[in-house]
Amino acid sequence: MAGIPVWYAAAKEHPMAYVTPSSAAEAYDVIVVGSGAAGGQAAYTLTMDGARVLMLEAGRNYDPGSETPMFQTPDTAPLRGVATPDKYFGFFDATAGGGWTVPGEPYTNAAAEEGRQFKWYRARMLGGRTNHWGRIALRNGPYDFKPRSRDGLGLDWPISYEDVAPYYDKVEMLVGVYGTNDGLENTPDSPEGCLLPPPKARIGELLARQRGRTLGIPVIPVRRAVLTRPLDHKTLPARLHPGNAKAQRILAEDMQSRAACFWATSCGRGCSIRANYQSTTVHLPPALASGNLDLVVNGMAREVTVGPSGNATGVTYIDKATGREHHAKARVVVLAASACETVRLMLNSRSSQFPNGLGNSSGLLGKYIMDTVGASWGGQIPLLENLPAHNEDGAGGLHVYAPWWLYKEQRAGKLGFARGYHVEFGTGKGMPGGAPYLPDADGRTSFGPRMKEEARRYYGSQVTFTGRGEMIPNADSFCDLDPAVVDKWGVPVLRFHWKWSEHEIRQVAHMQRTFADWIEAMGGTNARRPDPDGTKAILNGGFVIHEVGGAVMGSDAARSVTNSWAQTWDVKNVFIADGAVFASNADKNPTLTIMALAWRTADRILDEMRRGNL
Amino acid sequence: MTPELPPRIDRRLAIKWMLAAGAGALLADRMALGAAAPAPAAARQGYGVDPDLVKAHKPGEYWPLTFTDAERREAAALCDMILPVEGDCPSASALGVQDFIDEWISAPYPMTAADRRPVIEGLAWLEAESRRRFGSGFADSSGAERLALCEEMARAPAEGSEPSAASSFLRRFRDLACGGFYTTPAGMRDLGYVGNVPLAHFDGPPAELVAKLGLAAEVRW
Repeated sequence: MAGIPVWYAAAKEHPMAYVTPSSAAEAYDVIVVGSGAAGGQAAYTLTMDGARVLMLEAGRNYDPGSETPMFQTPDTAPLRGVATPDKYFGFFDATAGGGWTVPGEPYTNAAAEEGRQFKWYRARMLGGRTNHWGRIALRNGPYDFKPRSRDGLGLDWPISYEDVAPYYDKVEMLVGVYGTNDGLENTPDSPEGCLLPPPKARIGELLARQRGRTLGIPVIPVRRAVLTRPLDHKTLPARLHPGNAKAQRILAEDMQSRAACFWATSCGRGCSIRANYQSTTVHLPPALASGNLDLVVNGMAREVTVGPSGNATGVTYIDKATGREHHAKARVVVLAASACETVRLMLNSRSSQFPNGLGNSSGLLGKYIMDTVGASWGGQIPLLENLPAHNEDGAGGLHVYAPWWLYKEQRAGKLGFARGYHVEFGTGKGMPGGAPYLPDADGRTSFGPRMKEEARRYYGSQVTFTGRGEMIPNADSFCDLDPAVVDKWGVPVLRFHWKWSEHEIRQVAHMQRTFADWIEAMGGTNARRPDPDGTKAILNGGFVIHEVGGAVMGSDAARSVTNSWAQTWDVKNVFIADGAVFASNADKNPTLTIMALAWRTADRILDEMRRGNL
Repeated sequence: MTPELPPRIDRRLAIKWMLAAGAGALLADRMALGAAAPAPAAARQGYGVDPDLVKAHKPGEYWPLTFTDAERREAAALCDMILPVEGDCPSASALGVQDFIDEWISAPYPMTAADRRPVIEGLAWLEAESRRRFGSGFADSSGAERLALCEEMARAPAEGSEPSAASSFLRRFRDLACGGFYTTPAGMRDLGYVGNVPLAHFDGPPAELVAKLGLAAEVRW
């Protein structure tokens, strides 16, 4: 039933699903801190296999069924829906309760100058940032887990692509991802039955594909977590939960209640028909239907508590409605609060046993924060002027992209930077969000019927190229606790330190140059050539909202925060399910990898609990 | 011709602002606007980080509007010089674009606050100029008179010189009016946007268009 959240039914059947601090049980098998991609996946895997889980979400409850503006046009929004400091991605963007600033919950930067800052985007809502994300769901490739072995820079992961691949398969089958297998270098194919068919390319994307070839750039369907057709509820549940009849039944029912995309409404608004992935529409409904998930919203985790044995005993959290502190006990604590929030929680979990924060015996907690390198370049393409009107809404986001294509040149040291980027582009006659492109070429301000004719002519003729590149972890990009600043509950806040290396700055210059060449190859002209100095174009850290690292996994307890299972070296019943454990940040958007690792970690927890090790 | 304007603000909103801001504060703001420098809108609150995304919002709901009735009529007339009625497509003023511009210049955000003074001062200049030349305000001048003024403001600056204040005002007002107009369903239709409707399948661009641009070989999926 489109529009009716499944968990209402689930909550009715299992009245303990949504709990308050006073109605929560005293103890659980597992406490999961956070409800986004990591927390949603961890809770899903744990509860579907029978573990009793308490999830703590710092934000408010959120119902995509009734809160998503599906067909609203900008004239029904304040200021025609344009981006404001309150809603950075526009009024209709699904983010609630946050953005670059969260009222009452500040963070600080050690340096004042541009380019040395980290901007932290947070949501304060059930499902976190999964409600608004771009749904781009790329797999890391084999190189991406062993970057140091390849070029001597950054850190290797203690795991390889082969360790994660089965979990990429599972996540793709569970959430639904469109795309194709193209057999390109370090751009893994998926096994049969994992992917949904890609949407047709838009006209501008076809032109970019044709002209990209002249520059040696491949353009293929991107992978996004959007249902281009309904999920196969007859076979997928058995593949995902072999031998677990209850889980299969719940998932089969849930898959049938997700509609396929109806090719309208941008995914950033969220999706009331549950055609794309967000934790609130894909992970949480079956987890709640299992009867094994209790959920506290407005519960801000403050500290992971530790007992005399050195094991974690549970989590102290603040009920934001009352300001009161509560404590929940569990055998295992899973941190999935987002990389930086998880680091903050660990740094703030200080005790006589862990005076520098829980899991920080290596001194590396907060170190190696990475974001994605980002830069954009746009132009106007005469070939795309005056095209006949046709519907280009498509799957509510990107259809095609260019995976990194210069591995050989990079290996040969020809590029001056060590890691790659992929290219996303925006073309087409999307829903107007403001004034149309008007060149006013002769310097005269066009108005009246002539201007309206020009608006029609140029509408849809602009393209924007966006680069998304790999950042190498460095010693100057990290976070620690601000010695002076606390949030409204008195909890110390994060202070960020940031510096791009020459690799990222040169990579950005290469992006800009490539995009300008591409625009010319498409028959367009650049208003000017890009500045060869990449520092002019590179965005501040955090701006792409792909922050990972801070509690990196490794094979040596002295040089990492967790082992290869995302289990902290210091406290064996504390695991990290989010991006904090990333030892590198490939150009591939991190969400799919976060989910795959969260599933793997949850499987490990279940195994270890069954063996009596936890 | 004076455009017949739709209602700007309903009684419920008017009462809300009287209660919220206090008549004195609103009056003080209005008086300041009458002087050379309009008051900054900085003290006002935005809609916050968690507004209702589903309901229809109206200008004036979150922060008080600025235009006097006379400014609003003038703004509507200028909107319609930029975006007049054409066939089935209504004019900008019939779609309430002047109220969007009022909402914009009254909003507390940095990028909107920067437009507040140029728009108010630009409208004042245009009104005075119209009276000086034609003996009547801009909204009450003839279509030919309004067009003559707009054509003058629209002119490109002379080689090597900066655009005049009047010309910068028209450019900015034009962009705001277009932003307000093309984001309405009628404006979107006029532009050629045909989306925002549910479809059973997405077919991509029409085959004849693909062939015309020589892109048939690119259609692989």
